[in-house]
Amino acid sequence: MNEALLRSLTPSVLGILVRRGADFAAAEDAVQDALVEAVRVWPADPPRDPKGWLVTVAWRRFLDATRADAARRRREDLVDEEPAPGPAAAVDDTLQLYFLCAHPSLTPSSAVALTLRAVGGLTTRQIAQAYLVPEATMAQRISRAKRTVSGVRFDQPGNVATVLRVLYLVFNEGYSGDVDLAAEAIRLTRQLAAAIDHPEVAGLLALMLLHHARRAARTAPDGSLVPLAEQDRGRWDTESIAEGVGILQAALARDRLGEFQAQAAIAALHADAPTAEETDWVQIVEWYDELARLTDSPVVRLNRAVAVGEADGPRAGLAALAALDASLPRHAAVAAYLHERDGDLATAARLYAEAAHKAPDLAERDHLTRQAARLNARRCR
Amino acid sequence: MAKYLLLKHYRGAPTAVNDVPMDQWTPEEISAHVQYMNDFAARLEKTGEFVDGQALAPEGTFVRYDGEGRPPVTDGPFAETKDLIAGWMVIDVDSYERAVELAGELSAAPGAGGKPIHEWLEVRPFLACPPTITE
Repeated sequence: MNEALLRSLTPSVLGILVRRGADFAAAEDAVQDALVEAVRVWPADPPRDPKGWLVTVAWRRFLDATRADAARRRREDLVDEEPAPGPAAAVDDTLQLYFLCAHPSLTPSSAVALTLRAVGGLTTRQIAQAYLVPEATMAQRISRAKRTVSGVRFDQPGNVATVLRVLYLVFNEGYSGDVDLAAEAIRLTRQLAAAIDHPEVAGLLALMLLHHARRAARTAPDGSLVPLAEQDRGRWDTESIAEGVGILQAALARDRLGEFQAQAAIAALHADAPTAEETDWVQIVEWYDELARLTDSPVVRLNRAVAVGEADGPRAGLAALAALDASLPRHAAVAAYLHERDGDLATAARLYAEAAHKAPDLAERDHLTRQAARLNARRCR
Repeated sequence: MAKYLLLKHYRGAPTAVNDVPMDQWTPEEISAHVQYMNDFAARLEKTGEFVDGQALAPEGTFVRYDGEGRPPVTDGPFAETKDLIAGWMVIDVDSYERAVELAGELSAAPGAGGKPIHEWLEVRPFLACPPTITE
């Protein structure tokens, strides 16, 4: 059985239950039960109409669960009769679910967890494993998130930008467990792109595809990071790059630029270069200028300084860097790189060591420590 | 979505405001303290922020490799080590500010006289995995 196909039906099934009058939290539980049941039953007895099967089973589960406390809640009249299936509004329902699960009243971690479960159809255990927290903690995070959005009307229009931020977080999460979060983020963004015509949704999808294409080349067999310039470009996934570039070009043609399109444009320029030396850094600097205009983010300015260093030489990069706050994350790492390019190995080695000390993750710390060690060994020779 | 270690020291942290050794509390005060810690962990589980909590015995042994085919060398316990870890709690929260807020609450656990200990807890971020999008 194709689990991805099964999970792709999750949002529309859930949407149907909610439109029939089930409250979101109870409907979501019922759909989870139906998914578990499908995994158990389908391999031996595949249904002719998978979606219809899921709707029927989920609705039964919902009725059973609601009846169980119906006496207390006096809801018999609401749930006693099974309504006729409404018109198939699957696409719209899917979109509404994205909005609900990324509702601004949720914290980022709750929005991520709820999206992965209610839209992605992942189990609480899978999400807990992916984020390295106990299952009980994740279960509470999800039920709390459901309570938070319980008063939100399902048909209320939502904000695409909040949805995109949630999907970006899922994609960018480095943890890996049983579930490939990057692939899941791509699947969910693709599904969103099918539900709404929006250039930034396309931009994010392109950005993900372009980065995902380089994944195999990003890490050495020992787990260490391989910087972009040293990656074996033969291991980049050309199909994924071609798809990402195609989606990006169509989005850019609509002339409604946003930050994800700009980021994807930078990723596309890297992907387009046959060798690191042939990278079009001048164009990349221009895209960073656009990105800085769109976001005003200091991290963008830091990355821009690297690009300026490549386009106009390390001195120009250092000048761009001088205008930035030295307390920014990765500032020391960028300074180290530019000083090395400028030939000042002593300063570069000192700054690499400082950057390693401040690195937020293990792979990056090891990488920076190795850079410092490499320069120190060369200087002492 | 970042994990932090809230580290509690037997020794090595600055002195707490209500600094009375636990063996000089009343039994009720000890029970109240333990209850506070349990309630705190239970509450964090409810908010979806709890990862792990452990307490350690104060006495430990240092161990090191001593060469091929030889048993490891052990040393200690040392009565005078400057820094001694008492236990920890691991939390998974949305921001550094939230980690600090929670550490502050944990530090308010009641001690002698039923008053908050105001002990110093150390907040240390986990080194995470690298993000996918970096450039």
